[in-house]
Amino acid sequence: MKIFESAKVPIQWEERNVTAIQGPGGRWMIPPDCKESMDRTLIGLKGPLKTPIAAGHPSMNLLLRKTFDLYANVRPCVSIEGYKTPYTDVDLVTIRENTEGEYSGIEHIIVDGVVQSIKLITEDASRRIAEYAFEYARNNQRNSVTAVHKANIMRMSDGLFLRKCREVAENFKDVKFTEMYLDTVCLNMVQDPTQFDVLVMPNLYGDILSDLCAGLIGGLGVTPSGNIGANGVAIFESVHGTAPDIAGLDMANPTALLLSAVMMLRHMGMHDYGKKIETACFDTIRDKKVLTGDLGGKSKCSEFTEEICRRVRDMD
Amino acid sequence: MASNVWRSMLSHVVGAAKRPTVCFRRGLQTVTLIPGDGIGPEISVAVMKIFESAKVPIQWEERNVTAIQGPGGRWMIPPDCKESMDRTLIGLKGPLKTPIAAGHPSMNLLLRKTFDLYANVRPCVSIEGYKTPYTDVDLVTIRENTEGEYSGIEHIIVDGVVQSIKLITEDASRRIAEYAFEYARNNQRNSVTAVHKANIMRMSDGLFLRKCREVAENFKDVKFTEMYLDTVCLNMVQDPTQFDVLVMPNLYGDILSDLCAGLIGGLGVTPSGNIGANGVAIFESVHGTAPDIAGLDMANPTALLLSAVMMLRHMGMHDYGKKIETACFDTIRDKKVLTGDLGGKSKCSEFTEEICRRVRDMD
Repeated sequence: MKIFESAKVPIQWEERNVTAIQGPGGRWMIPPDCKESMDRTLIGLKGPLKTPIAAGHPSMNLLLRKTFDLYANVRPCVSIEGYKTPYTDVDLVTIRENTEGEYSGIEHIIVDGVVQSIKLITEDASRRIAEYAFEYARNNQRNSVTAVHKANIMRMSDGLFLRKCREVAENFKDVKFTEMYLDTVCLNMVQDPTQFDVLVMPNLYGDILSDLCAGLIGGLGVTPSGNIGANGVAIFESVHGTAPDIAGLDMANPTALLLSAVMMLRHMGMHDYGKKIETACFDTIRDKKVLTGDLGGKSKCSEFTEEICRRVRDMD
Repeated sequence: MASNVWRSMLSHVVGAAKRPTVCFRRGLQTVTLIPGDGIGPEISVAVMKIFESAKVPIQWEERNVTAIQGPGGRWMIPPDCKESMDRTLIGLKGPLKTPIAAGHPSMNLLLRKTFDLYANVRPCVSIEGYKTPYTDVDLVTIRENTEGEYSGIEHIIVDGVVQSIKLITEDASRRIAEYAFEYARNNQRNSVTAVHKANIMRMSDGLFLRKCREVAENFKDVKFTEMYLDTVCLNMVQDPTQFDVLVMPNLYGDILSDLCAGLIGGLGVTPSGNIGANGVAIFESVHGTAPDIAGLDMANPTALLLSAVMMLRHMGMHDYGKKIETACFDTIRDKKVLTGDLGGKSKCSEFTEEICRRVRDMD
């Protein structure tokens, strides 16, 4: 919020809490005032939530996903100059179908010692995510969309997903469309990630690839993420944990949440503000003078934040 | 608990006794060789030449693997190939071409089912001289290769809704976990990490994980850890040195084994072994047939050679394995004689001859 203020971003924040509450009939839901706010504003920025252990209710992330039908998880992974990893020129986007696939949660014990887990792929969800991927590519001047799948093994399910991608591709002739097996993507990704642009895939593959790509640029502490829902809702979030060991000690690195907020600005069409803040953040990291502990420095969160604010103000 | 250990020990003794001694003629052990398609024959020749210069006491029995239809229309591998493998129990295999619209399943699948090749093992070790963004990779992926997501059971529920079934069984999970821990023990590895998504797939991956934990109890000398698949990937590309032996169900193994192959330079330099029930083991290169360079003396035999080295270690011939592996790594590190894919200009035969020369010089 401080950095946005120094950039004079024309945004006002409406803070809400997300603690699971039980509605009538025992069904778990997010607090009504949070839902009301999101339905009205349509844009959300979210920090990490702690995972409930034996709390009796599903994870809050799952509740949010179902409440707002957050069907697309989008992670742009761009190498950060100054934050050294074995890779220097990563610039790709993973777009993960986030409602079905292997995460349907439908499992059964067939007989003692034999368990089945069901993966569901539907025409509608596949078409929807493919359309989002191509629109994203078009709106963000990306060259190509690659569908990631294992249709050689899962002929029907991944086959359906792939067919829908191919159909949607026909309506986006300005974007190049390719297909690649998931294992081939992984094999090639660690040897040369620059060959990839926008990647679209079902749920589990997206879970794996989005984390793999986050690792390429330095981990969850510097990776932004956005969740797109039906009905125009979009929630941007940092995907690292709550780090309870350093909470309240002014040691945290706000980069992931900040870059997610930049992603949010771009989604809202405020590209100039987004660029300004992103540049200030990257310049600070590249300069290496004021860095939080996880980035290899000794500065406090507030000092890192103030350095970015300073650079933002100097840009005016 | 103790009875499990006793049973395991007993099966080892029995397994060893089962190995027929008829294979030993003149002190030579026979190995079934399946050269495969494309560059398969030439890299097989390369491996045989190198083995000859190292005077490895092995004789090769070449067999073909072309799908044939048996009575009742069931596809199977040729009977003479099956007979050979059942007798020798050790196989070395080059790449097989994937049949398109041939009407029969892939040969790899047929081999897997015929010999119940339940464990796919890939040791990934950084090769000095073959530069990748990583320098100290030294891990092993052990993939359950019979069930999981690759059961092939799919249905159309209604128009536009498809389901794919992932099967996890207690027996297969226990079997692969036991293999992983035994492998760790036999190869002086420190730890075994079970890779899973039991937070999401509570029943199926949960069962797999439970079996790994149970087996771990019988192998207290090996450290056991668990890690989510996405966390493994996240960490693997940042610091692969934190990993040792990884064991996991089918799909995760498919992904991770290729990811790790990429870390050390790709499928052209990665060895692989498939362990079956009844003592059968087939070692193979996992790259393609490369039809564009087949017969042009341009192929790189490293993957097949390192798989053959893995085979030697499996057979207890550690010294021969070490000698050949060292000659191969030295040749690559020296960078004077390298095939095209390794960044050089030499022919396959020249690369092979260089390794043979180094092997002979070691005596």
